[in-house]
Amino acid sequence: MSHKVIVPIGPYHPLQEEPEFFRLYVEGEKVIDIDIVIGYMHRGIEELSEHKHFDQVTFLVERICGICSTSHPFAYVNAMEDLAKIEVPERALFIRTIIAEMERLHSHLLWLGLAGHFIGYNTVWMWSWRYREPILDMFEMITGNRNHYAMMKIGGVRRDIRDEDIPILKKALDDLLPAVDMFKGAVMDDPVIKARLKGIGILNKQQAIDWCVVGPTARASGINIDVRKDDPYGAYDRVDWNVILEKDGDIFAKTIVRILELYESISIIRQCLDKMPKGEIDANIKDIPPGEGIGRVEAPRGECFHYVRSDGTNQPIRHKIRAPSYMNVASNKIAAVGGTISDAAITLAAVDPCYCCTERLTVLNSATNKKIMNGWDLIKLSQKKTEKLRKDLGGGDKCKI
Amino acid sequence: MPIIDEIKERLGDKIISRYEHSPKRMYLSVKPQDLKEIANILFKELKLRFATATGQDSPVGIEILYHFSFDQTGEIISLRVLIEDKKKPEIDSLAPLFPAAEWIEREMWEMLGINFIGHPNLKRLLLAEEWPEGKYPLRHRQ
Repeated sequence: MSHKVIVPIGPYHPLQEEPEFFRLYVEGEKVIDIDIVIGYMHRGIEELSEHKHFDQVTFLVERICGICSTSHPFAYVNAMEDLAKIEVPERALFIRTIIAEMERLHSHLLWLGLAGHFIGYNTVWMWSWRYREPILDMFEMITGNRNHYAMMKIGGVRRDIRDEDIPILKKALDDLLPAVDMFKGAVMDDPVIKARLKGIGILNKQQAIDWCVVGPTARASGINIDVRKDDPYGAYDRVDWNVILEKDGDIFAKTIVRILELYESISIIRQCLDKMPKGEIDANIKDIPPGEGIGRVEAPRGECFHYVRSDGTNQPIRHKIRAPSYMNVASNKIAAVGGTISDAAITLAAVDPCYCCTERLTVLNSATNKKIMNGWDLIKLSQKKTEKLRKDLGGGDKCKI
Repeated sequence: MPIIDEIKERLGDKIISRYEHSPKRMYLSVKPQDLKEIANILFKELKLRFATATGQDSPVGIEILYHFSFDQTGEIISLRVLIEDKKKPEIDSLAPLFPAAEWIEREMWEMLGINFIGHPNLKRLLLAEEWPEGKYPLRHRQ
């Protein structure tokens, strides 16, 4: 006889970008329902923002997220520039684009590593984080910080990219390219990864439309949206690049979208470095008129949306912030239900909510409240499934990684 | 036909006033009782994507902006709704039309005290369970 068991996942982990708590209702191996609880890290930033000077808000919103830390200030300055109709100097637009794409590189590599870890490819984890490291070094060289770069400013950027840094950045990109080739080959050609991720955690096109998901999660379900193309900001309309689209909506498709986007990001940064004009980097804005503005940015996880209203004073009277995960995490209600527990870890991770919280998994028997498994057991369960597939497919020796 | 013209044609006199901030940012004021019907037209028939909603406390009432994005051309159409009754603000829920509105309505419910009629699961999203009833953090002029 099957009994209903609750599997709580979360809520806290220091590496997690947005602490969230998933309560999985399972019957045997199968997930039959999921309850998503968020709010553990609610810091009232929208309210705080109403008590800060417009210029200070860029620093405040940068601290919303540690991984895509430039997306929020970028969306905020876009909103302010829409509000006050500010013309931003050309060079600043290129610098903003370079920083945003470098961030996509490091964020996608971070996700790839975690996804590898969850399905038992710890080598992928180590390697992709090893190749992420030089990108962080480049951030340090250009902005002075490995994270929280503080580059965005209403009307421009705070720091210029020095000419002598450009060849070093180009070399770092050249070094990254073979690594991306390797990851692409490893994921696309490996029969075990294919068997493990294909057809798992599917979000079909209609479901993706109903849940209004954004970013790689939407593009993997065949929805052609990318703010960089649809509503160009920064210098994205001045460079040549493609939107990566897949149609299956499973975890494999989401992985492919992210890996192929790495190529596009490298290409965008290279073109920006070549085309970047000389000149001013700041429009020196002194006053913000009354009005309202909407700014958005394609963060590594999808559309990041900011709405700001000003009444002519030096503080916003309303600042609405919507991060991409707000839409994507909610869609797990569809993607995770119907799957097995061993797939739950990777399914919930596939929308890239930074899923280190699995270490806090506990399986409880709802009748007795007795602990059956902890988080580490569940990761092991997931890894064991890969191991079994590897043996069944005889792919153990052929694996590239 | 540009999407804004199509919207104007479909909605007709349901639009009380409109404000074009820039070619890609349009604000349309509508009546609260028409909201559900209009949202249905925008989402289901004209295929706009629901981006999010902004609730705001103002001296004349509680204002909600529903931001819809038309991704083919990158336009954002924001529906502006004013609920005048601040003591017991109520409006139709959009969550039955599209599940993407579920979370943001729960957030506005707890932050501003707006009751969304017909919401399938109106419970707290961000605030802690021990937060006192009837205290709304984003109501500045309580």
